[in-house]
Amino acid sequence: MAITLTETAASRVRKFLDNRGKGVGLRLGVKTTGCSGMAYTLEFVDELHEEDLAFESHGVKVIIDPKSLVYIDGTELDFTKEGLNEGFKFNNPNVKGECGCGESFTV
Amino acid sequence: MALLQIAEPGMSAAPHQHRLAVGIDLGTTNSLVATVRSGMSTVLHDEQGHALLPSVVHYRPDGEVSVGYPAQAQQSLDPNNTIVSAKRFMGRGLKDIGVTTHLPYRFVDAPGMVQLETRAGIKSPVEISAEILRTLKARAEKALGGELTGAVITVPAYFDDAQRQATKDAARLAGLTVLRLLNEPTAAAVAYGLDNASEGVYVIYDLGGGTFDISILRLSRGVFEVLATNGDSALGGDDFDQRIYCWILEQAKLAPLSAADTRLLLTKAREAKEWLTDHAEARITSLLSSGDVIDLTLDSTTLSELTRQLIAKTLSPTRKALRDAGLEVSDIKGVVMVGGATRMPQVRQAVAEFFGQAPLTNLDPDKVVALGAAIQANMLAGNRSDDDLLLLDVIPLSLGLETMGGLAERIIPRNSTIPVARAQDFTTYKDGQTAMSIHVVQGERELVSDCRSLARFELRGIPPMAAGAARIRVTFQVDADGLLSVTAREQGSGVEANIVVKPSYGLDEDQITEMLRASFGSAEQDKQARALREVQVDAQRLIEAISAALQKDGATLLTPQQQHQIETAVATLHSLSQGEDADAIKAASDALNHATEAFAALRMDASVKQALAGQHLNTLEL
Repeated sequence: MAITLTETAASRVRKFLDNRGKGVGLRLGVKTTGCSGMAYTLEFVDELHEEDLAFESHGVKVIIDPKSLVYIDGTELDFTKEGLNEGFKFNNPNVKGECGCGESFTV
Repeated sequence: MALLQIAEPGMSAAPHQHRLAVGIDLGTTNSLVATVRSGMSTVLHDEQGHALLPSVVHYRPDGEVSVGYPAQAQQSLDPNNTIVSAKRFMGRGLKDIGVTTHLPYRFVDAPGMVQLETRAGIKSPVEISAEILRTLKARAEKALGGELTGAVITVPAYFDDAQRQATKDAARLAGLTVLRLLNEPTAAAVAYGLDNASEGVYVIYDLGGGTFDISILRLSRGVFEVLATNGDSALGGDDFDQRIYCWILEQAKLAPLSAADTRLLLTKAREAKEWLTDHAEARITSLLSSGDVIDLTLDSTTLSELTRQLIAKTLSPTRKALRDAGLEVSDIKGVVMVGGATRMPQVRQAVAEFFGQAPLTNLDPDKVVALGAAIQANMLAGNRSDDDLLLLDVIPLSLGLETMGGLAERIIPRNSTIPVARAQDFTTYKDGQTAMSIHVVQGERELVSDCRSLARFELRGIPPMAAGAARIRVTFQVDADGLLSVTAREQGSGVEANIVVKPSYGLDEDQITEMLRASFGSAEQDKQARALREVQVDAQRLIEAISAALQKDGATLLTPQQQHQIETAVATLHSLSQGEDADAIKAASDALNHATEAFAALRMDASVKQALAGQHLNTLEL
């Protein structure tokens, strides 16, 4: 399995990395907070950790730690617009339930 | 599901804990809101895709308020109830605004700040600005999908305390938390990422709709230091429109126009100016309510002639700022253009000629300020781990207080970086003095009467002491927003009084420019005035001391003739000290000092005798 980015998401990430002027890729992860168990995190990567796993998708290096991978393996990251708002969206096949706001989830 | 943004490493927010912060450029002509998304500063658009929100508020007949383009459309139809450029009235009184005949509003002179009569009632510029901020806040919350943590709002570098406070009040009225007020040119420098640029001195040339600001920033190790600011708070794109409007009146030989026609032609003037940015000629056509038909062609050569003087007016504050910073044109590494009016080729050319280099124009000059404010807001909201963006602003005019004789004592010199706190010790002037009046002033002149009065307060409850024995520490503190608080504390007893310099709304911020100009032109005159006040204060002190001594010991120690001699000298000095001849006062003071030398010696002897009388030699501490 792997983590993938849609073409739109990848081009956005490349643009943001360019604008930032530094960083080796995009880190996806989960942390155990939130109203429904787990929450996604999405960060720029400046330093790799020893245990990190790396995927390549549309020219973007996607970094993830093995503990997070089990919860989001197979996820496709998309970039969408909803009205005036825009941002990244996790399409995670492991999710069994989400809180109303969608910021946290259970597997 | 919620949409996520990319955070800095280790800075991911917990669910529902996103710190949504925006930067707002509350402009005279247009306002904008921007935010940082996935590390990138972006201007937020409305549903129609507009980035700019015209700073226009229309009070509609149905009781609703419209803001922005719909309001702008009403400018010529309902000019009395459509308020444009309200920023010009922020924190200002009617007399500060000056000529209002070309403005279609019904002004109401209220204590402090001018108000405008509309069909929705009497509105203050703070309320009008709040409508604009409320619209931007709603746009931002829709675009970010949540409530805002706070906003950084930009103000011209030359805004005084009253205007800054009025801006904060407007934000509060709109339900925004102000993280910080930021000077517009400083925000522009942030937007250009000059903090990542090579080190050097940069000039920010900001010709907006209603204000001109020039700032000189030095960048070293990613730190912005504002070396000097200057400008003209009543010069901007509006004035260029006004020139073209006057040209139209002349060309078409028109009689004075109705408010609606004035608005209409001002709009036509602005459109012609904007068209001439990329074209050689602009056609101006209009049908006025009087039935007059306007059909004129304005070419760019004529525009250059019409606006030459206005553009030249921007270069004189530029020279002053350079001089304040102690720099030459050759020291300037780059010039950043900000404000819609810098799109005019005439302006760009004049700036390029002045600095001998092409200015930086690659960011949209209308958006730079908002983009920079957003970057600063993102930092202040705690979305970045590193504090590599340390902003230092300066105060535009010296702050000080009044001392004896109406002299201004500077506590914080102008161009000091803020936040700043400075303290100075003062003492009492008279024996047994239990209160001290503290008069806070702003300006560069030596005499208080030539400076601007900011506030007065009293320190009471000083324990009675001999003159000069009390130690009163006065502390001036200017916070990051440029707002001043003053504390006075008697060090012995700990009695304390303080004041936050409240906006005495109605101050004339044109005075800042005027006062600076005057201080350069009148340095010699000021020096003489200071010298005169000093000898007058000395003379007064001498007269009081000698009169007190005469009353106490005169009869016992002096012959009536000696007494009379001293009294005559006192009277001479007294009458001279009312006059303006500093040398004569000085001479009379010296004469009086001389005349009383013998008396002083006699008093000294007498007090020593008294102290020694009846004491044993070995009990004296010698």
